[in-house]
Amino acid sequence: MPEFTMAAALNAALADALEEDPRTLVFGEDVGELGGVFRVTDGLQRRFGRERVFNTPIAEAGIAGLCVGLALTGWRPIAEIQFDGFSYPALDQVISHLAKYRMRTRGRVSMPVVIRIPSFGGIRGKEHHGESPETYFVHTAGLKVVVPSSPLDAYTLLRKAITDPDPVVFLEPKSRYWAKEEGELTSDGLPIGRARVLRNGDACALVAYGAMVARCLEAAEKLAPEGVECRVIDLRSLVPLDVEALADAARETGRVAVVHEAPQTLGMAAEIAARVMEVAFDHLEAPVARVTGLDVPYPPASLEHRFLPSVERIAAAVRRVVDY
Amino acid sequence: MRDTGPSDDMVRHVAPDGTAVGDVDVGLDEGDLRELLRLMVRARRLDRECMALQRQGELTVYPPFEGQEAAQVGSAFALGPSDFVFPSFRELAAAIARGVDVVEYLQYHRGTWHGGAYDPIAARFAPICVPVATQIVHAVGWALGAKLDGIGACALAYFGDGATSEGDFHEAANMAAVFRVPVVLFCQNNGWAISVPLSEQTAVPIARRAGGYGFPGVRVDGNDVLAVYAVTRAAVERARAGEGPTLIEAITYRIGPHTTADDATRYRAPEEVERWRRLDPIERYRRFLLGAGIVGEEFVAACEAEAEAWVAEVRTAVTALGPPPEDEMVAFAFAEPPTTLTREWRERTDA
Ligand SMILES: Cc1ncc(C[n+]2csc(CCOP(=O)(O)OP(=O)(O)O)c2C)c(N)n1
Ligand SMILES: [Mg+2]
Repeated sequence: MPEFTMAAALNAALADALEEDPRTLVFGEDVGELGGVFRVTDGLQRRFGRERVFNTPIAEAGIAGLCVGLALTGWRPIAEIQFDGFSYPALDQVISHLAKYRMRTRGRVSMPVVIRIPSFGGIRGKEHHGESPETYFVHTAGLKVVVPSSPLDAYTLLRKAITDPDPVVFLEPKSRYWAKEEGELTSDGLPIGRARVLRNGDACALVAYGAMVARCLEAAEKLAPEGVECRVIDLRSLVPLDVEALADAARETGRVAVVHEAPQTLGMAAEIAARVMEVAFDHLEAPVARVTGLDVPYPPASLEHRFLPSVERIAAAVRRVVDY
Repeated sequence: MRDTGPSDDMVRHVAPDGTAVGDVDVGLDEGDLRELLRLMVRARRLDRECMALQRQGELTVYPPFEGQEAAQVGSAFALGPSDFVFPSFRELAAAIARGVDVVEYLQYHRGTWHGGAYDPIAARFAPICVPVATQIVHAVGWALGAKLDGIGACALAYFGDGATSEGDFHEAANMAAVFRVPVVLFCQNNGWAISVPLSEQTAVPIARRAGGYGFPGVRVDGNDVLAVYAVTRAAVERARAGEGPTLIEAITYRIGPHTTADDATRYRAPEEVERWRRLDPIERYRRFLLGAGIVGEEFVAACEAEAEAWVAEVRTAVTALGPPPEDEMVAFAFAEPPTTLTREWRERTDA
C-alpha cells in the first residue's frame, strides 16, 4: 500500500486536477519554483508550465479578486494564501464578491474557486502563523468551508472542492502536513457536507476537525481503559454542516463534547451546541461541552500549549460530561 | 533573473572597493563615522549568533539580515531621538542602531513574546511586524499625529521589495502624499521576496513609483552606508520641514535564506550570492575608513572583540529567557478582561 503525507496527498490532488481539467489554474505566493512554503505545489510549475502554475506578487486581496475575474472567464482558480494570518487582506474580496456572486447574478454566474489556506496552530510558529480563521469564513454565507484531518481524506476533499460549483475555502491543518497514512487516493470518497465517524463508542461523542481529530482519538484511547468509550467524529465540512451525523451522535450517546483550536466565543462549538440542542434536546444527558482555544490573540510559541486543547483537557471534559 | 549589477542611477558615495566616489562629506564627524562601523560589526555578529541559536533550538524561526547592515544602520542613524521607526520583521540591525534592548527584541524570536518585549513608545520603535506592508500605514498615521501635534519629528517605515505589491503600500503612499505628512518610506530592495524575484513582483523600478504619488523617489546603493545615511538624512530633513514624504529604494541583497525555515538554493543561483558577497557593505566601509585614515586596523579589531563580548552577554541573557507567566496572555489581552474570559481561564487553571 502506498503511504502519503498530507502535503504529498494535496500535491497529488492538485496535479491530478491540473491533468484532468485544462481550465484549472494554481497560483499564489511562492507556489512556483519553490513549491510553496509547505511544498504542497512542489513540481507543479515544472510539470504544467508557468501559465497554469504561477507566483503572484504579495497581494492577498489581489489573489482573491483575481479568482473572481478568472471564474467569470470560465477558469477554475485554485489559489493559495500563504498562511492563515495573511488571509485577512483577502476578506474584502471573499466576503463582498466571491461569496455573493451567484446570488447577485440570479444564479447565472458560478464561482468554482478554491482558496487553500495552511491554517491553525501547534507548530511553534511566529505570530500570524497559528490562527484559526474558520469562523470568519463559516459566518460568510455563500462559501463552503472544509478542513481535512488526514492525508487520504485531504486528497478526496480537495478533488471535490475543485469540482464544486461554489467557492470552497480549504483550510489545511499545517501541524498535520507531515503525518502519514497508508492507502489509495480516491476522488470518489465521502462528499463535502458529510462527517465521518473514526471511532465508535456510546459514552460520549467527541466532535472535531483538522488537527484536533488526532487529539480526540488520543483522548478516546486514554479514556477507554476507564470504561469510557467515545465516538470520534471528524466533521471535515464546516459548511455545509452534517447535522444528521451530529443528531445521531447526540441521540445515541446523549453526550457531546466539541473540540477546536479557535477561541471559544462564536467558534464552531457554539454552532454545534445550538444545532444539537435543536435536534436532540430530549436525548441529551449533559450540556454540550466546549474544549477550545482561549478568547485571546494566539499566544507566542512558549504559551501555545496552554492555549490549545490538550489531550488531558479533552479527556477531562469527557469525564465531566459523563459524570454530569 | 534580475539584473543585480551596479546601476548608474543610484546614489553612491563609496565604491565597492572602498574608494570614495566624489564628495564623501555627509556631515558626520569622525566619531560618528567610526560608530557606523561599530554598529554594523555588532549587528552582523549578532545576526550570525541568532542563526546559530536557532539551529541549536534556542530560537524559533529566524529571519537573517546579513548583507543588509548598511541599509539598516545607515538609515536608522539618520534619525533623531524623537523620530519613530516602524519596522517589518528583518530590522534587528536598525533596532541595534536605535538602541532598542536586543534581549527584549529577541523575545520575539525566542517565542516568549509576540512583537518583542520592549516598550515601543520609549524605544521609538514599533513592535516587530510580520503581516507584509501593514506597518507602512501605521507610519503614515503616526506622522499625521506628529504633524497635528507640531512636534517636528518624523516616522520611518521599513519594508521590503515584496511589500510594494500590497494594497497597504499603495494606500500608505497615497495618504502620505495627500496629507503631506513627515514620513520616510524606506524600502530595502534585497532582490527577493522569499522565492519570488523582483522581476515577478514589479514591472518598474520601485523608486519610480513615488512620482505617481507626487513625492520624490530616490535610489541608493544600499550597501554603501554613507550614501544610505545621506539620502535618509535629506529625506528626514525634508519631512521635518513640512515638505512631505520621500520614498527611498535601497538596493541591497539578502545573503542568507529568507528565514531559517527556507532553503534558498531551491530558487537562486549560488553565483548570484557570490557576486553580492563581493559587494559586502561592512568590508567596503572598513576599507574606506582605513583608506581615509579615519581608523586603523586596531580599531577594527577592537570593534570585533567588543562585538564578540557583547554577543556573548546577549546569548547568555536570551538562553536564560523562560516562558512568560501563563496568565499574561489573559492579563494583556484587554485593559479589563471580560468576565467570560476570566471564567474561561479559571476553569482551565482549576482543571
Ligand atoms: C500579508 C502577508 N502576506 C504574506 C506573508 C508571508 N511572507 C513573509 S515575508 C514575505 C516576503 C517579503 O518580501 P519582502 O517584502 O521583499 O521582504 P524581505 O523578506 O525580502 O525582507 C512573505 C510573502 C506575510 N508575512 N504577510
Ligand atoms: Mg525582499
